This record gives sequence, structure tokens and C-alpha cells, in this order.
Amino acid sequence: MSRITLDHIAHSYLPSPKTEADFALKEVHQVWEDGSAYALLGPSGCGKTTLLNIISGLITPSHGRVVFGERDVTLLPTEARNIAQVFQFPVIYDTMTVAENLAFPLKNRKVPQAEIDRRVAETIEMLGLGPMARRKARGLTADQKQKISLGRGLVRSDVNAILFDEPLTVIDPHMKWQLRSQLKQLHRRYGFTMVYVTHDQTEALTFADKVVVMYAGEVVQVGTPAELFERPKHTFVGYFIGSPGMNVLPAEVAGDRAVVGGHAVALGQHYRPQPGRTEIGVRPEFVRLDDGAGSLPISVRSVEDIGRYRILRGAIGPHELNAVLPEGRAIPASPRVVFDPARVNVYRDAHLVEAEA
Amino acid sequence: MEKTWNNKAWFMVLPVLLLVAFSAVIPLMTVVNYSVQDTFGNNEFFWAGTEWFEEVLSSSRFHDALLRTIAFSAIILAIEIPLGILIALTMPRKGWGVPVCLVLMSLPLLIPWNVVGTIWQLFGRTDIGLLGRMLTGLGIDYNYGRNPFDAWATIIVMDVWHWTSLVVLLCYAGLVSIPEAYYQAAKIDGASRWSVFRFIELPKMNRVLQIAILLRFMDSFMIYTEPFVVTGGGPGSATTFLSIDLVKTAVGQFDLGPAAAMSIIYFMIILLLSWVFFTVTTQAGEDRS
Repeated sequence: MSRITLDHIAHSYLPSPKTEADFALKEVHQVWEDGSAYALLGPSGCGKTTLLNIISGLITPSHGRVVFGERDVTLLPTEARNIAQVFQFPVIYDTMTVAENLAFPLKNRKVPQAEIDRRVAETIEMLGLGPMARRKARGLTADQKQKISLGRGLVRSDVNAILFDEPLTVIDPHMKWQLRSQLKQLHRRYGFTMVYVTHDQTEALTFADKVVVMYAGEVVQVGTPAELFERPKHTFVGYFIGSPGMNVLPAEVAGDRAVVGGHAVALGQHYRPQPGRTEIGVRPEFVRLDDGAGSLPISVRSVEDIGRYRILRGAIGPHELNAVLPEGRAIPASPRVVFDPARVNVYRDAHLVEAEA
Repeated sequence: MEKTWNNKAWFMVLPVLLLVAFSAVIPLMTVVNYSVQDTFGNNEFFWAGTEWFEEVLSSSRFHDALLRTIAFSAIILAIEIPLGILIALTMPRKGWGVPVCLVLMSLPLLIPWNVVGTIWQLFGRTDIGLLGRMLTGLGIDYNYGRNPFDAWATIIVMDVWHWTSLVVLLCYAGLVSIPEAYYQAAKIDGASRWSVFRFIELPKMNRVLQIAILLRFMDSFMIYTEPFVVTGGGPGSATTFLSIDLVKTAVGQFDLGPAAAMSIIYFMIILLLSWVFFTVTTQAGEDRS
């Protein structure tokens, strides 16, 4: 296991990229700590699989270096990098038994037979594949096959990191949850570095220590699930994470007040006047029904009752505004809302603005 | 929706039924009819019972032809299947090379059998043929009209040239259907080229290979036109396969009874071998799942 350093990595699929737009992956400079679980989260085509393939060595980046621990592996082929990867669709060797599948990467590396037997037995135990160890792998269910794919990585002692490329896509929903928590347990127990690509925010948030949110070829924020929820650094992060996503409203910001469509909104902190396009972001969870002073009038488009709470989908003027409301209280015909001042973030040109000290 | 229950569907299959009856069942029955009777022309028939069958089954001419046919099929399968796999493996998976290779591979398949025969008959001639002249020029005593070994070699090379493409195309179809992730996973697992073939490519080609083997077996077992055009079954009877023997008996000698008995035996052999093949492969498939 070792730390992964992405040293000013950028990649373009074109032979001679000229403009910024030619890059599928814009510059990324990050250090991923040994033994942590990272999730790469973003919509399709945001460059997350490109980044994963750069780490696994299936793609050589146009710029920058990939360093595992102290070792520069940028030009090393996949097989020399000591990584394991679990793919979207389970890859298993059909004609082999489960145990043979697990022994395969060790056999290829000329590990002594006694050692292979010991490690395979250990891995089978770890993954709970005991009852089917002697069965042909092709007859198993998708989640068992995915476990075998994972096992071929776990069985090796030389693995720096295990990469996951949307591994739960083909798994049945009820098994998804089970497999996910099992994976998390394994990670806690064995402490391998994990990089997990997904476009499912629940998967990313429940699973990772740090979530790397990507958007249009750029890493827009790296943070813990709580950071992403509370202080999204980019309006995209606010919008992408959370259900429904963060409300983003154009506003004029001055001091500790913002003006939204002619109505003043209190901010928790003091901000300098901002040049450019300014917006405030507030999560639907921090929008309350209140017709007291400083409240804003909203129009209601629909109310979705999902049992534990209700989602009010409405608008302030032309701008969409969602609120998560508790059950039980009636929603008035022309409701007014207030925002929790401490939870309102300010954005300039889509990027988070820090308050004055 | 309400389901309708009546027997009208039978009318739908009637045309096919009639077609099959006239094209297959009735001719086959005619053959059965011939096989148990003797005729001296004038449309007079005499009951012969199993006489023709006994005659055919005990004739060394039939035995020799059957052995030649089996040997031919075995050689063809032993060459074309591995060669076809090998070529399919070396074919490009993407880029401009793909259509070029596919067209080149399809070309021999588009040439009619008798034309293939004629091409090779000319090609191998020692006086005007490119191959024949060349081999003779190299000091090799080659003459497919006189030497049984040369005749066999010519026919086998011709069949390989004509039909390996079919195996290649089928295998190629199997190969391109393997997702890229399998190769990536194999790389990560440190698999050798041989392991990739043995544990990924071969299992994934399994189905198409079964079809390729079955098709090539049946076709080679029934081969007629090409050797007939090239060697006419000679020299002597060195390349007289069952089909050629059958035509010689039926059309050449006009021995309708023995010919009919022979075609039924021939048909039964193919049916039996295909059935065995089918059973073996489907059972093997079940064991694996």
C-alpha cells in the first residue's frame, strides 16, 4: 500500500491539444493518502474514468506524473504498477472455479503453491465465498462474480491500491447495499487504498473518506461528505450532491446581507462587495416556512410527500427554489420562507466566496 | 388482451410444409423406394429387400470411399480450425485494417465451388499453371493427375484456401464481442498471452467454434464439386470420396438400387455424427453452467 500522488496530471485524447476544451481531463494536482477511500464522483463524461485509467496505467497522461509512494510510475504498464481493478461488468474467468480464479494472479506471479493456497483460503474466508469455492465461476450471480473480481485484487500482497470503476452498476438493488457495506468493512479491516468511480452520490458519500467531485474535466472539490454538504466549493457540487440539490439564487451581496429579487436575506457572515456574477446557495434542508420579518414570498409548483418529509418545489420570481419540510404542518396558500443565515453560502462566478474574517 | 384459441395457425405453416414435402420428403422417399427395389428400365420394379444395403455395406469400394472421406474431414478440421483461430487472433480489432481484412476474408467464400475447382485445376497444371510450373521449376516432382499424394495435397490446400475464411470470420465475431475490461483485468492479473487465449478468448469463442466445427465437418464430409473438377476422383480412385462414388454409381453406372442404398447409408452417417456432435457439445455446455 502506498500514497498516490497525481503531479499536475492532464490528459487529452487528441494528439496535439491546443485549447482548454481539447482536454478530457484538465489539470489535477492531488495527493491521495495511503489507506484512505476516495470516491470520484461526477456525471457521465466528466473525466472520472479517464483519471482512473491514468492511475491504473491504461492511459498515459499527456502532462504530469503519477507517483506511487516515492516511485514514478507514469510510464509503467498496468501489470508493473501493483494495482487491482474491479470493472463495471464483472470480469471472471469462466472456465475456472472460484478458487482458481483467485489463485490466477498469484500463479502468474510465480508465487509458491503453499503460499497461494494459504492466501486463496484467506481471501475466500474474507469475502464469504466459502460455500462456492469449488464451483465454476460462470454459474454465480453478478454480485458473487463482482466479489471474485475484488478477490483477485485482495489476494495479492503487493497491491498499492484497488480501483473500482462503477462496480455496482449491474448488481440488484438489495444486493447493492449489502455489497457496499461489506466493501466498507473490508476496507476498514484491511486498510487498502481505494479509489472508487461512481455517478451515484449515495454510493460515494456512504463509502468514501474523501469525495472528489469532478465536473467537465475538472476536479471542483475534494472533501469529506460533510464538507461537500455544508460548504460546496462550486455551485455544481451543491447542485449535484443532495436530493434535491442546493438552491442557487442570483443575488447582490453586500456586507451581511444579500438581495434576492428585491428581498433582503440575512447572511451569517460579512462579505465584501463582489464583482462579477454573484449567487447565494442554500440547501433545501435549511429553508423553513416562516412569515415573520425578512421572509421571502414563494410560489408553490408541487409538493412531494415521501413519507419521512415533504419536498416543496417552488420558485422565487423566476428562480427555482426547493425546500425540505417536516411532515404534519399545512402549507399555506401563499407561503413565505426564511433561510438559516449560518447555512447560506455566497458564490461568485460559481465559486465559493470566503467571508471576511 | 383476450387470447384467441383456434387452429388457424396450421394454415400458416402449410406453405412451408408443402415446400419441404416437395423438396425434401418426397425425393427422400423416392430414394427409399429405389433402395429396396431392382429395376431393368421400362418402369418395372422388383422387390429386392435389403440386398442393396448388404451389397454396399460389404463392398470394399464403399469402405475405401468412406475412409477417404473421414480422413479428409479429419485433416480439414485439424488444419482449418487452428489456422482460422490463429488468423482471427492476428486480425486488427479497430482502424482501417478491419474492413480490408473482412473483405479479403470474405472473397474466397463468394466464389462458386466449381469455379474454385477450375481455378485450382488450372493453378496446379504443370504446363500452364502458376503453382504447377513453379513446383516443377523448383525441382519437385508434382503432378496431381498422376500422384495420389499430390492430388490430396492439392485438394486439401484448395479447401483450406476456400473455407478457412469461414472459421476466421466466425472466430473473429466471437473475439470482438469480448469486452475490453477482460483484457485489462488479465493485464492487471499479470496473465501471459497464452493465458489470455486459454482462459478468456477460447472460452468466449466456444460457441462460435462449435458452429464452425459443425459446419466445416458437414461441408467437408459432403465435398463433391471441387475434387470432382480438379481430379475427377483420381488418380485411380485416390480422391474418390463418398459423394463422388455415389454420383459415379448413380449417374455413371446407372445402378439406381445400390446408389439409393448408399445415399441412405451416407445420410444416416451424417445424421448420426451430427447428432453425436450436438449432444456432446450441448452436454458439455450444461456441465459448465
